[in-house]
Amino acid sequence: MSQPLIKDLIPREELLDSGHLACPGCGGALAMRLVLKGLGEKTVVSLPACCWTIIAGPWPQSSLHVPLFHTAFETAASTAAGIKAALSVRGDDDTTVLAWAGDGGTFDIGIQALSGAAERNDDILYCCYDNEAYMNTGIQRSSATPWGAWTTTTPAGQPKSHPKKDLLAILAAHGIPYGATACVAYPADLMAKVRKAKTIRGTRFLQILAPCPPGWKTADDETIELGRLAVQSRVFPLLEVEDGERWRFSMEHAGTPVKDYIRRQGRFRHLTEEDVERIQKQVDARWKTLERRVQASADL
Amino acid sequence: MKKVVMGNHAVSWGVMLARAEVIAAYPITPQTQVVEELAKMCGDGRLAARFIKVESEHSAMAACIGASAAGTRTFTATSAQGLLLMHEVLHWAAGGRLPVVLADINRAVAPGWSIWTDQNDTLSQRDTGWIQLYCETNQEVLDSTIQAFKLAETVNLPVMIVLDAFFLSHTSEPVDIPDQADVDAFLPRREAQLKLDVDDPHTFGALATPAVYMEMRLRQQEAMDEAHEVLRRVDEEWHQRFGRRYGAIEGYHTEGAEIVLVTSGTVTSTARHVVNECRARGEKVGLVKVRMFRPFPTALLRQQLAGVPQVAVLDRNISPGRSGIFAEELRAALYDLPSEKRPRIDGYIVGLGGRDVTPAVIEECLNRTRVAGPQSAPQREDVWVGVKA
Repeated sequence: MSQPLIKDLIPREELLDSGHLACPGCGGALAMRLVLKGLGEKTVVSLPACCWTIIAGPWPQSSLHVPLFHTAFETAASTAAGIKAALSVRGDDDTTVLAWAGDGGTFDIGIQALSGAAERNDDILYCCYDNEAYMNTGIQRSSATPWGAWTTTTPAGQPKSHPKKDLLAILAAHGIPYGATACVAYPADLMAKVRKAKTIRGTRFLQILAPCPPGWKTADDETIELGRLAVQSRVFPLLEVEDGERWRFSMEHAGTPVKDYIRRQGRFRHLTEEDVERIQKQVDARWKTLERRVQASADL
Repeated sequence: MKKVVMGNHAVSWGVMLARAEVIAAYPITPQTQVVEELAKMCGDGRLAARFIKVESEHSAMAACIGASAAGTRTFTATSAQGLLLMHEVLHWAAGGRLPVVLADINRAVAPGWSIWTDQNDTLSQRDTGWIQLYCETNQEVLDSTIQAFKLAETVNLPVMIVLDAFFLSHTSEPVDIPDQADVDAFLPRREAQLKLDVDDPHTFGALATPAVYMEMRLRQQEAMDEAHEVLRRVDEEWHQRFGRRYGAIEGYHTEGAEIVLVTSGTVTSTARHVVNECRARGEKVGLVKVRMFRPFPTALLRQQLAGVPQVAVLDRNISPGRSGIFAEELRAALYDLPSEKRPRIDGYIVGLGGRDVTPAVIEECLNRTRVAGPQSAPQREDVWVGVKA
């Protein structure tokens, strides 16, 4: 049986226009483009402060063909919950309410509202496009920034000294019906997850790795390749978790050397061989943890 | 139907009769009975609203702006620290022209921890762009809550109903509860001109460059200006249907008054009693109650107070480093009256953190103003009355 072609898997209809204000090679713009293709036009977006505040376009223009509500930094989930309640009380239970936030708005300032929505199992799809720092404000560290990375607030002499927060596990601990990681470099996998999430009621969470050329200090045309390296090196494994307990990998991860991923990026340029080795060990250890989770799920 | 209800439940009844569609709230003393009663009303089916039990006041107001932008009638209630936590999103509601209604139980701000009344929580939200209505009785609380939705949805601005902690929130009074059918006739279902609609997609609140931002604020200010007349009409219609009205301000025994007290909230009731006693003694003392603080009823106050020799403002609030806030606003409002018509204004700070404002306290304020007389130099700073030595 032949593999389906990407062009057949992904709808041609565009809900994001060209002319949007993203930087060249922006993973976050591609993520939105793909997710909206998966959700269709019956979608309302709750958008807190993030790169997308700019990408969507200045008033009175909009790069999106769906209704969009700009909201305060820490309120993607709570605003989305309000929108959903309003649509529902007026009899519309079909429209997907999409909270669309960056890693700062999700991992850091917005985690309280997200946790509240997840605990209530509000019927929203929360997507975090994860570019691993506060990119819109000029590359400051977030709790999604990986260990060792340079940012403007974690300079090369004192790079990020803590590992990235395991947000999917935090969401899973709320027992939400569906959570997943995805990456713009694997559009078929991403699309399958979006379609699956669309059919589920309750809080659904997608963390989409979105490489950022200016923030990662990479070339504009490396976004997809870096996404693939992040996944294949197991730095950013692609996972699904149902009902907070059934974990699975959504694809094979080759386990390519982490240094092939790290050494491609200017934000890691200052790292020594020992540092890179340390990251490899972190990745290996976390992979074992994930394997245990996945194996334990097999019995459920 | 007459019922004996506490002020907090008067809010709940108003919200139920207004058929609020989305409620998002977080509990805080002394607001809790508002949301407990609403939860009960939703639970037993009397109110067909979605009640989102959020994890903070910040999320409460965020859920309200989302729900309001999607076109529904939306309500929340809070107090003190909760209102302060909402501050950022209060701006969002007003700037986004979203007619959310909020009931705030006036409670003093910590530290030290206080659950008792004063107005600093709501008055420190003065510049967020919310219409503010301060209530004197539980009947006024219920009536104002329903009026607030009509006012808000007409001018596309949010409205804050304000009632004093304990003196209203936890005090039971007989309240006439209007019939649902009559309220429905007064307040039909909200039909938003613009909303989040997948069949007619729009973006709300996008990046506003210096080329467009200022006009957005001007439109907001124009809506505030319009609110004076809209409140008058809403209040008048309410009066025709239900026989009660409150106005933006109310004059009480102001005819020929030589001293007029200016009050808001429950201090007004005590002041009415003091005015009655004064009048019985033949003293020409009157009262003006300020119900609407934003937009500030400048024209009405000028009309009411022009030519009055002396005004004594009772402020249950303080803007540290300046003065009582009602006094300050009033001084600005009356400043350019012709000098022969401009009252001498004395400001008094009273009742902070729930300290009783007794008739004796108000008498002391009046006495000080009386002794100063209309011709003395303007008061340099507010006098704190009822403080220990």
